[in-house]
Amino acid sequence: MNGLRCLLVAGLLCAVTPVSALEFNQVQTDESRLAFAYEQMSVPMDGRFSKFKAQLAFDPARLAKASARIEVDVASIDTGSTEADAEVVGKAWFDAKRFPSVSFVSSAIRALGGNRYEASGKLSIKGKTRDVVTPVTFQPSGNKGIFEGSFTIRRLDYAIGEGIWADVSAVADEVKIKFRIVVYAAPAKK
Amino acid sequence: MTQRYTLTAISLHWLMAVLLFGIFPLGIYMHDLPLSPAKLQLYSYHKWIGVTVFMLVLLRLLWRATHKPPPLPFGMPRWQEWASGAVHALLYLLMLVVPVSGWLMSSAKGFKTVWFGIVALPDLVAKDKALGEWLGEVHEVLSFTLALLIVLHVAAALKHHFLERDDVLRRMLPWGDFK
Repeated sequence: MNGLRCLLVAGLLCAVTPVSALEFNQVQTDESRLAFAYEQMSVPMDGRFSKFKAQLAFDPARLAKASARIEVDVASIDTGSTEADAEVVGKAWFDAKRFPSVSFVSSAIRALGGNRYEASGKLSIKGKTRDVVTPVTFQPSGNKGIFEGSFTIRRLDYAIGEGIWADVSAVADEVKIKFRIVVYAAPAKK
Repeated sequence: MTQRYTLTAISLHWLMAVLLFGIFPLGIYMHDLPLSPAKLQLYSYHKWIGVTVFMLVLLRLLWRATHKPPPLPFGMPRWQEWASGAVHALLYLLMLVVPVSGWLMSSAKGFKTVWFGIVALPDLVAKDKALGEWLGEVHEVLSFTLALLIVLHVAAALKHHFLERDDVLRRMLPWGDFK
């Protein structure tokens, strides 16, 4: 009887231990969303990128090992208007021929308490790399986790919109990047 | 013995004339511009003027409803009286409908209308490409109809003034005595 109980406890421990070491690393891009918001003549506009790849590894218990790498296909941009979609892949904006992708590579993530975190990393657009910091929330449910957050960049830091388009009274400098990344867990590699 | 419109009615009439003479060619010009900051600005100005026209028309209708306009000259043929009434009614109608069609088109194309960059108008229709293009054509056809009616309106006023030599034009002119 006692032996059986021991076995049961051991079994439970076995079942419980891997759960705490869950690493979320299978990004589901079709459930994820990468959007941005900007102002054009004081008119709020919404856009998004429909194609991107993401490699992510996140275990809340082992933040030091967490990492994220997101690569966005510039040509998949949807600025909210077809006329602008054709314009922004051009040289003055993203110059998509020379710089087909935008990338974010995380450098550190730290806990802010609860489900809130702060991720910092390098954002590269059009050959220019800048440090960015963004708040992130992480909402796990079972083996599915959702990262959500937003941060603001200045488009002119990356020369997005050169020449006549550098005029920020027509298209605002600030662009808010909003992300929602859905990621599934697989057991952590030891 | 000219019986004139009220100063308010005259002011609103000529202010509207200036706005319409500005906004119509602006609309035609900006439409074919390649995308540039100037184009975005011109579109905004066009939309701001359009909303202003709409507001002023409401004001005019309110004024018109509470102030009887001076009567038409004696002895005018019945068909002319009827035509005058019809053209004026259509002018008012189009001055309301053209801005509304532009506003709806803008919403359908995914651009909010923010009056003078300050007052955000609600989007009454959701973003819808096909609807946006259809409303664009509606806006264009109605704008040209309005322009045509204005030509008719001006021609009739000039005919009254120079051929019939009555006071139809004079009573709306911004100069002269106000009683």
